[in-house]
Amino acid sequence: MTKKIVIEPITRIEGHGKVTIELDNDGNVADTRFNVVEFRGVEKFCEGRLFWEMPLITARVCGICPVSHHLAAAKAGDAILGVELPPAAKRLRELLHMAQYVQSHSLHFFHLASPDLLLGMDADPAKRNVIGLIAEKPEIAVKGVMLRKFGQELIEALGGKKVHPNAAIPGGMNKALSHAERDRFLGQADRVIADIGVALDIAKDYFAHHGREAATFAVFPSCYMGLVGQSGNLELYDGTLRVRDSKGFILEDNVDPSDYLSIIEETVEDWSYLKFPYYKKWGYPAGTYRVGPLGRLNVADRIATPLADKEFRAFKKLGNDGIVEGSLYYHYARLIEALYAAERLKALLEDELTCSTEINVNSSTFNEEGIGVIEAPRGTLIHHYWVDRNGTVRKANLIVATGHNNGAINRAVHEVAKEYIKGTKIAEGMLNRVEAAIRCYDPCLSCSTHALGQMPLRIEVVSPSGEVLDCSQTRP
Amino acid sequence: MAKPKIATAWLAGCAGCHMSFLDIDEAIIEVAKLVEITASPITDFKEFPAVDVGIVEGAVNTTDNVEVVHKLRHACKILMAWGDCACFGGIPTMRNMFDKNELLRRAFVETESTAKGRIPSSDELPRLLDQCKPVHNVVKVDCFVPGCPPSAKAIHYALVELLNGRIPVLPAEMMKFD
Ligand code: SF4
Repeated sequence: MTKKIVIEPITRIEGHGKVTIELDNDGNVADTRFNVVEFRGVEKFCEGRLFWEMPLITARVCGICPVSHHLAAAKAGDAILGVELPPAAKRLRELLHMAQYVQSHSLHFFHLASPDLLLGMDADPAKRNVIGLIAEKPEIAVKGVMLRKFGQELIEALGGKKVHPNAAIPGGMNKALSHAERDRFLGQADRVIADIGVALDIAKDYFAHHGREAATFAVFPSCYMGLVGQSGNLELYDGTLRVRDSKGFILEDNVDPSDYLSIIEETVEDWSYLKFPYYKKWGYPAGTYRVGPLGRLNVADRIATPLADKEFRAFKKLGNDGIVEGSLYYHYARLIEALYAAERLKALLEDELTCSTEINVNSSTFNEEGIGVIEAPRGTLIHHYWVDRNGTVRKANLIVATGHNNGAINRAVHEVAKEYIKGTKIAEGMLNRVEAAIRCYDPCLSCSTHALGQMPLRIEVVSPSGEVLDCSQTRP
Repeated sequence: MAKPKIATAWLAGCAGCHMSFLDIDEAIIEVAKLVEITASPITDFKEFPAVDVGIVEGAVNTTDNVEVVHKLRHACKILMAWGDCACFGGIPTMRNMFDKNELLRRAFVETESTAKGRIPSSDELPRLLDQCKPVHNVVKVDCFVPGCPPSAKAIHYALVELLNGRIPVLPAEMMKFD
């Protein structure tokens, strides 16, 4: 007979989640499951739509990183048209993407993670959020709010709206950037870079004092995957896929993203609406890999911008220049990427070509298939469409960032549960730790919750007869 | 006087409406002074606290969503729907063109990247409703703020109107359907 513990609800978005933990007769953790409980059926309901519409439809998969879906869909559309984009269009798209990185990574750090780091993991949960942060450390909170604002306003300038912009189309972009707009944002770039530097200092200070926790919290071996550029540099917009194993050995390199099916396969677990991708040659679960900030910094050899590259080198020391394994280091890696995004954004704004008005190309061919791959803030995002001769989508396949990390999130939750549940008692700190484990990977499952309040968790230990043996819950 | 309380819930939506709320930027500091945001996106659904204003984003897509939206309705005096999904159904209702089993089969069995697929059926998971619906098809909604998402301005305006005791009627320039 087993006992079951349910942590519910975690939170909402493309993955509404809960956690189920099963104990054996001795009260030890037998099994844990991170259940994703929402399903929308995007792969099917896109059938019959024109591929031109896909950048707008699929953006609605995620309101936190809509730009990623928007761009992956547009890239798939470029492949269907069989076109090479004019230089200005490429730059504008990458600029849009970098603006999203600045807003999304800042949101994740300031609104979500920094309350833990600055107010303390054991601070009053009612205050451990961005509003509490505003009260206690207004200068820092305001920096976060303003960084996010900068990113969102640049997105708006390029695509008409802050959330769900309408900017990229198959074949390019639909609006050029004026010199006046360019100057407005370029004037703020140095401040943005400096403010991200402040966030990085906060994170480094935290890790300097909590090294032991970071080195032991939800640490486990896995493979890593991400796009890299031609010299193995971190690449967020365009590149080739690379996979490394837990020792840092390169398993796959220079894989054209349109060959993703040769290295990735997915499986289904009966208890989750989110599939489990894995490295195809190793099978499941051995081939579980991680994506997102930690995954990308683990596959990359260098970063192409100077400040971020310096930080990257310091970061790599944590893993003795090899792989950095701890889940908490996602937060650190995320800020290094934000810094890269800000530096890259500045370089793009300084580039005269970015303001060129030659921003799209036409084509009269429709290839039957198009694949668009991009690094979303949380990890690799794959859009794959098949169209008929009129450009109507016949079939679609999407693999989203959270999907790639599904196996890893499950593993992280398992590690934490093993440590914090003994017998029928839930040890103090369990709630925060499960929350923290999930939050490392997926802002979408937690960040917006955390932005406004405490992540709501309730854990019950229930006997096989249904009697509640122990219960622990965060205060609303 | 105690500050008015707000709770927000998130059904089948993309979080974009909540993000648009964060896009009020510095004004969030003012809002935080005026209202108490009880646990949001989504408090512990088992114990929704009694609040003055309930806010909902997203359409009603699963048995879980039905339960949550009923609990929110009972817990709040005024229920406000944010965004096209909550107001009209939005993008998630595109699935209504297909039978729900077809949707599940495509995602979990037929997709080219899936090996040995099957449709998840554990009772730990909620079930898909036959049709995905806007919130007012399930519970009474007192005010609507459309848009995908509504602009930060519209969200801010609606909140301030409510705090002044008025049911918000959006001025034409904030009324957007997209
Ligand atoms: S209305 Fe638009 S922004 Fe809001 S949840 Fe729905 S898709 Fe997202």
